[in-house]
Amino acid sequence: MTELEAGRAERLAPASGSAAFQRYRDVLIALIAFAVLACLPLLSGSKALLDFVIRCSAYGLFATSLNLLVGYTGLTSFGHGMFFGLGAYSFGLIMQRLGVPIPVAFVATLAITAVIAAAIGAICVRLKEIYFAFVTLAFQMLIHSMILSWASFTGGDQGLRGGIPRPVFLGIDLANHVHLYVASCALLILGLLAMRQIAQSPFGYTLRMIRDNAARASFLGIDVWRAKLTVFVLAALFASMGGMVMALFVSGAYPEFAYWTISGEGIFINMLGGVSTFLGPMVGTVLLLLLNDTVTRFTEYHGIVLGVVILFFALGLRKGLLDFVAEWFAHRRDAVEGR
Amino acid sequence: MLEIRNLAKSFGGVKATNDVTLDFPDGSLTAVIGPNGAGKSTFFNLITGALKPDSGQVLLDGVDLAGRSPPEIVRHGVGRAFQVASIFKSLTVQETMLAAVSADQRSSAVLHKRFPLPETRDRAEHVMELLGLAGKRNRTAATLSHGDQKLLDIALALVLEPKVLLLDEPTAGMGPEERWRMIDKVRELWETQKITVVFIEHDMDIVFKIAPKIVVLCYGRILATGTPDEIRNNSAVIDAYLGTEHAGAAA
Repeated sequence: MTELEAGRAERLAPASGSAAFQRYRDVLIALIAFAVLACLPLLSGSKALLDFVIRCSAYGLFATSLNLLVGYTGLTSFGHGMFFGLGAYSFGLIMQRLGVPIPVAFVATLAITAVIAAAIGAICVRLKEIYFAFVTLAFQMLIHSMILSWASFTGGDQGLRGGIPRPVFLGIDLANHVHLYVASCALLILGLLAMRQIAQSPFGYTLRMIRDNAARASFLGIDVWRAKLTVFVLAALFASMGGMVMALFVSGAYPEFAYWTISGEGIFINMLGGVSTFLGPMVGTVLLLLLNDTVTRFTEYHGIVLGVVILFFALGLRKGLLDFVAEWFAHRRDAVEGR
Repeated sequence: MLEIRNLAKSFGGVKATNDVTLDFPDGSLTAVIGPNGAGKSTFFNLITGALKPDSGQVLLDGVDLAGRSPPEIVRHGVGRAFQVASIFKSLTVQETMLAAVSADQRSSAVLHKRFPLPETRDRAEHVMELLGLAGKRNRTAATLSHGDQKLLDIALALVLEPKVLLLDEPTAGMGPEERWRMIDKVRELWETQKITVVFIEHDMDIVFKIAPKIVVLCYGRILATGTPDEIRNNSAVIDAYLGTEHAGAAA
């Protein structure tokens, strides 16, 4: 499964003190990326472009968090989308029914997600490979049918209608399109930075060890079950963040957000962008949304086109786009070193 | 001191380990030999927690480890290397060592700092030097030669600074010359690190040459224990395992 090994392309710099340097570099890249994104509304008046970036933020947070499970830990979850849906619904319901400030609803949603993810994870992470995939999928279906059948609370198949109230907080008005755009970008960048930190922390290397050889990891004194549960909950939190961005964007929440196809799209994105580098899923997100938007404009059979594209990546390249680029650079570096 | 008391394990009706009682004094070097299916690997699996014994005790400095989980037993100071090198194929040699030290220092769940932690460097460096892997530190484990992968496996056990090191066939799958290099390394580690080493080995020449003490297992039971000379001349061992060739050589 060489195509599913996150962090393979990133080598550890030998000099001591490089760890701190790496962190500053990541923060710097994040700041620059945020500055560029934040300047976008000044350069272009296109509402569609800003909408595109907001959707990229929601899906990017979701897909990157899925890569923490799939690429870094070797846990292929087919139910990760449940936390995307859970985030959207919890946030929407809290805002509609309790009328609390947005940051309070944000934190409360994360807390709810953590509790539910811990309960589901405690059952799932004991299972191996295909069983893990199936049981996570089953939980996704369970949550989806709960949303559909508990119509008095969730609005059933109509979703949360009537809009999500977006009161102004700290001078930020999320009903304003540009404010929402900048806030989404900020959440994306902060989320990515936090996930990058997780991936490059000692815990991140524990995850890689579990992916490569869980039995050996336990003979080094690592509690494999606990580490898997921890990353399951952490990944759920970021997926939930993505769901909240989506809920804010559409000012509602719909059962499709919790349907298994969201999980499928997450896997799809990871295959497109590649899982061996941290930013692979982000590249995949942009690719998928671009494809979606352009293809649906030309044909109603967009499913076929997307299917062909994924076949090309899976069978042709046998890896995601960024995997391909990273490998090309690695080959060139080796050639330069004369090996 | 590692004391095994009446250790037993059955699989169905087969007694893979049958009432085994053994002492491994601190700083001893012991070879475990026996025909295929004698229960050598099972014996290691019982000590390290990979299998739960049906009955009996595994006492390390008086603490009973029998039936505990592998992580717990490792933390008490029993390290092991595997018959088939058990490594992390996508990590480099250096990353492997640093991550293992992190695990031993209980910092493997740290989220807010960057890997590697500065306090893990010295120990990782020391063991890489010790096993001659320092020059290959940036090689991905999967690309190492078979012999180096076995060394890396041993390094993983050793970097945890165990009191007892269990090596399951350190020379498995190696050519004759590589075998001797490996076993010299094992002996050197035993001499310099002052730890208790127990190893399983099939090559009798190697066993008789380097092991001061030998345990012979057969059908899950201890057939004999003793010095190389005692084992060579033990009639039960000759009948069950050695045949006449080695006995003749000793005479």
